Amino acid sequence: MAQLEEANLDLYKHLVSERALTGETMLLNMGPQHPSTHGVLRLLLELDGETVINCIPDIGYLHTGIEKNMEAKTYLKAEVMSDRLDYMNTMGNNLAYVLAVEKLVGLDVPPRAQAIRVILTELQRIASHLVFLGAFGLDLAAMSVFLYCFREREAILDIAELCSGQRMMTTYFRPGGLWRDVPVEFETAVRDFLKMFPKRVDEYESLLTKNPILLDRTVGIGKLDVATALQHGVTGPPLRASGLNWDLRKAHPYSGYEQYDFNIPTRTEGDTFARYIVRIEEFRESLKIVEQALNKLPLGPVNSDNRKFVPPPRSELGVSMEAVIHHFKLWTEGFPAPKASVYSAVESPRGELGVYLEGDGGPKPQRVHWRTPSFDNLSALEKMVRGHLVADLVAILASIDIVLGDIDR
Amino acid sequence: MDKKLEPIVQALQEKFATSLEEFRDEVHVFVKAENIVEALTLLRDKYEFELLSALTASDYLNLQQSPRFHVIYQLSSIARNLTLQLRVPLDGDNPKLPTATGVYDVANWRERELLDMFGIEIEGHPDPRRILMPEGTEGHPLRKDFPLGYEEPQFTFNIDEIDLHKPYAKE
Repeated sequence: MAQLEEANLDLYKHLVSERALTGETMLLNMGPQHPSTHGVLRLLLELDGETVINCIPDIGYLHTGIEKNMEAKTYLKAEVMSDRLDYMNTMGNNLAYVLAVEKLVGLDVPPRAQAIRVILTELQRIASHLVFLGAFGLDLAAMSVFLYCFREREAILDIAELCSGQRMMTTYFRPGGLWRDVPVEFETAVRDFLKMFPKRVDEYESLLTKNPILLDRTVGIGKLDVATALQHGVTGPPLRASGLNWDLRKAHPYSGYEQYDFNIPTRTEGDTFARYIVRIEEFRESLKIVEQALNKLPLGPVNSDNRKFVPPPRSELGVSMEAVIHHFKLWTEGFPAPKASVYSAVESPRGELGVYLEGDGGPKPQRVHWRTPSFDNLSALEKMVRGHLVADLVAILASIDIVLGDIDR
Repeated sequence: MDKKLEPIVQALQEKFATSLEEFRDEVHVFVKAENIVEALTLLRDKYEFELLSALTASDYLNLQQSPRFHVIYQLSSIARNLTLQLRVPLDGDNPKLPTATGVYDVANWRERELLDMFGIEIEGHPDPRRILMPEGTEGHPLRKDFPLGYEEPQFTFNIDEIDLHKPYAKE
């Protein structure tokens, strides 16, 4: 036992202060099994009483080797793994991946598919923020919000199931379009949600936003200024809460986001409360986008008619030899991509979700790299928590909204 | 190429004698390893590339391409709304890279990932530990010669060499 402790301290000697080596401050493990770390994250804390002096995150407990696995699969089959990265934002991951594939092979997507992609990713953004809000409330001991949030999230997952047959691991977007068109019930389901949800957001706000306990525990806690945020590659709501208006949906519009009228909520405080309020505002903006996209949802095909990349419809298989050949080639060998690389990024609920995709001329990728927002956002944690209490650390961690599957990949 | 990028790429070319590659409106600039920190500093301070979006690498062992590794720096400029990619080719045996932690703090974790996944040595890194794999792991998972399953991968150029020490019954 003594040996183990010595070895451990050696490993972290250069990261903790002098006082930890003399035993004046305490080193404490928080996690990996801890309900407030949102998964399997281990934080090595150096504490002076209740005050955090140093915080050393230790990640990798959920490492699944998805990047390596994708190299062994065809472009189409590899997409299934993208759902498993950030399991709160499955449609968003699908979108990031298919956009990268489409950019690599140069494939166009029909407008109807683009609009449906926007509707579903925005609904997914709401679902992801609902989990954030629930967990955030829970970490600050507001139990009831969690239950309400999950009730509404279920309505969104039902819509996902309606379209793709799966609540979470959807793989609904495919290179060149969608798996298939949405069912007839889709529009009613989304309209019902649009009607119900604004009132629910007001309800959450009435429970939390002016709650004195919440304000005491969040205002002025875990401040992050823009310069530090950029140095650490922080993007998404944490960056916007610090005062920088940066959203890839506006900066580099993809999938037709330029057609919709919406705002990017920003705050200037950069504290835990600002990060919370930015996400609440994003609920309303996402609803605006969904409503606009649904109102002018174009008719037409949902898949590109480029048969070299998109499988032919079932109905053609009986009458066209060519369709049979394409079908066979696509489901056995897959489609080849040029020997080149692309980087394509989307705005996930957590920040910039980038895919670096490189082909080698064959049907399997040479390299897939996921630039996941949680990874970079978490790297700024040590600067945010220094000097705060352990209880505040929990609130700050919740306000970054990390997903461990996204960090460890 | 984006008009706003042209002077930046030109400045890099004059200063570091870089070469250029373009694909689907993306600009990739090849920089030598010894110049990378200086190039990143120049881009950050003079051309407002505040964000190091991604830092990763790619292994070309299977393609028999030389040099074996490319390290990829994906940069974003928020003020000018531009993106630029720097690529650093690295030799296969004993790949080394100077650390960029002095320019971007996020490079700290990203470079630990390079060290962990590709075995690229980062010179001057303040905290050179593995990040995702546990301490004591052998090998570097994202290298092409690291097995995905249980068997050592064979490529056309080394099929016999690997076969010699593969543990299965021969004749």
